[in-house]
Amino acid sequence: MALVIKGASLLGETTADLYVDDAGRLVDSAPDGADTLDADGLVALPGLVDLHTHLREPGREDAETILTGSQAAALGGYTAVLAMANTSPVTDTAEAALRVWELGREAGLVHVQPIGAVTRGLGGEELAELGLMARSRAQVRVFSDDGKCVHDARVMRRALEYVKAFDGVISQHSQDPTLAGPSACCHEGEISGRLGLAGWPGIAEEVIVARDVMLARHTGSRVHVAHVTTGGSVEVIRWAKAQGIDVTAEVTPHHLMLTTDLLIGYDPTFKVNPPLRPDEDVQALRAALADGTIDVVATDHAPHARHDKEHAFADAAFGMLGLETALSVVRTVMEDFSWADIARVMSTTPARIAGLSGQGQPLMTGSAAHVVLIDPDAQVTVDRDSSVSLSRNNPWHGRTLTGRVVHTVYGGRVTVRDGGLV
Amino acid sequence: MKHLLSIDDLDVAEIEAIFATAAEMHDVQTRDVKKLPVLRGRTVVNMFFEDSTRTRSSFEIAGKWLSADVINISAKGSSTSKGESLRDTVLTVCAMGVDGLVIRHPASGSALQASQWVDAAVVNAGDGQHEHPTQALLDAYTLRRHLGSLRDRHVAVIGDLTHSRVFRSNVQCLTKLGARVTVVAPPTLMPAGIVPWSRSAGFETSYDMDEVLPRADAVMMLRVQRERMSGAFFPSAREYTVGYGLTRNRLSLLKPDVPICHPGPMNRGLEIAADAADAAQSVVLEQVSSGLAIRMAVLYHLLAGEEV
Repeated sequence: MALVIKGASLLGETTADLYVDDAGRLVDSAPDGADTLDADGLVALPGLVDLHTHLREPGREDAETILTGSQAAALGGYTAVLAMANTSPVTDTAEAALRVWELGREAGLVHVQPIGAVTRGLGGEELAELGLMARSRAQVRVFSDDGKCVHDARVMRRALEYVKAFDGVISQHSQDPTLAGPSACCHEGEISGRLGLAGWPGIAEEVIVARDVMLARHTGSRVHVAHVTTGGSVEVIRWAKAQGIDVTAEVTPHHLMLTTDLLIGYDPTFKVNPPLRPDEDVQALRAALADGTIDVVATDHAPHARHDKEHAFADAAFGMLGLETALSVVRTVMEDFSWADIARVMSTTPARIAGLSGQGQPLMTGSAAHVVLIDPDAQVTVDRDSSVSLSRNNPWHGRTLTGRVVHTVYGGRVTVRDGGLV
Repeated sequence: MKHLLSIDDLDVAEIEAIFATAAEMHDVQTRDVKKLPVLRGRTVVNMFFEDSTRTRSSFEIAGKWLSADVINISAKGSSTSKGESLRDTVLTVCAMGVDGLVIRHPASGSALQASQWVDAAVVNAGDGQHEHPTQALLDAYTLRRHLGSLRDRHVAVIGDLTHSRVFRSNVQCLTKLGARVTVVAPPTLMPAGIVPWSRSAGFETSYDMDEVLPRADAVMMLRVQRERMSGAFFPSAREYTVGYGLTRNRLSLLKPDVPICHPGPMNRGLEIAADAADAAQSVVLEQVSSGLAIRMAVLYHLLAGEEV
């Protein structure tokens, strides 16, 4: 149905009405019989694109489904999410990728784009069927073993080379397993030392980032660094970009705001992989996002059922929710960011990295009508029980953040109106 | 004091009160009839998720001599092995009406978490690599019996610091009581961030055991697990002993009558030579009897309904 979005401030700069035709495209003039969305005082950005989401379906539908994850995404202002491959079964075939893609279409709230595994079963040894996933109707372009690092340099090299044929990208979970093994659960530093928790040192990330940018240079391929967490990784990426190496990087909202001292009470809500780091890393990440060294913010939304979190800290699952709060976190911590900057790091650039041509487009005639409308100064106190996610591992519970998603429009369809699902 | 989870929970006055009670309990141990009626009708569960002989039996005897009903649950062989979570195990046991829960678990922080789930008084009998507060109390209590006040006395703590809950509790307890502490280990067995930690907490670190020993008023050796070699923490048992073992030769570096502690179980020949373990100044067995007195005192303060 045609739509008029009235009085929105485009990128927070100029106020205008947006017109959407029946085909879900932005047009020049108001179509007949259009529905109206009041956007007075709201900022309009292109719909957000999340490069890094765990939707848990298939396999762990008790933690999240493609439908509930899509709902959380829409409420967070997203119109596209990339669904990580570490489901059960793993997304390592064209059939598995298509299934995720189709379930996303059935949910119909955001574009759900499957990420393919780099290696079969995330085993780190044999390549998954990268080409068949790319050729499928789902047109997979991003490949990742996220949750695990592609730690074998030979396998990583081959994967980088292989995906050049279809302009794919490898999104790497950078964690050298010999420096940060499965028991590593806390940033290695004074707090891990005091708490007696197995440390996950920043160097375990940095050595993989350094290796991978050199592999990207050697292969002439492009690599994407998932969830960067340390100042050292930032230095490496900054250097690599200066050399012209084709590397992009993402940071999560939680690594932009939360610090390792939250672990002092051993609350598994704050257990995440890679772990929360000290404040000096948080400051380095913010600076890198501001200067473009880090290209995008991606949520690493990682829902977990209560019974996987309510354990002793060392035994609890890694991960935290992020889709519904990401925009507010970025708005809160990146004080000097313009709305155009936020659109760049949360919509335009992630869409470009993912190869999603219909997403992240400027709000102008001819673009697909993927739009998020934001109350820029609303103060919102997060309540984990009001989340539409099936999970409650919400590290933002009780925090007050700035900025609130009011409406979301996905391909001309209003998915969120006045802060609620339509 | 509702629980004993960490030495951090105690101020000096509380530690002194526990020591005063422990001294009375120590006297009880020498009697023919050792039972006191103070915890009659109270139930204490020893829930041990790790193998333990000395700590578990120490808590068991302590509870029994105070007339509490003591039940041991070796959770390694219980429903945990069938996949029950720690939380469910703790909730289930406490639903039976337990007054005191003594818990040992391989995960750091588990005792603190358990205390948040149940109403029973929780005693941390060792949580992973985090803390073992009754061990620190019994060590300090033992040293006090030999040195008098610990103020400005110099205690050397030597061994695998990274993996040691005994070290983490002891460094807090000893510094609270005014002692100067130097911890000694090869760099690979010092926990991450120990330099800023030692600065803020007020203890010293050293890689050189031979330099520290002549300055020590007490020596506390820590257990070193032989399997640490597989994690490349040190090259060989032989090399460890040469660098950081309390050998017969090193005994001569000590001032006379300096007490030698070890929390046990000892690896004789690795971190401590038989000549040191059995030396006249060794207080290893006295630590065991002090441990009983300390655990009686702790259970008494937590469960007899009297404020420390």
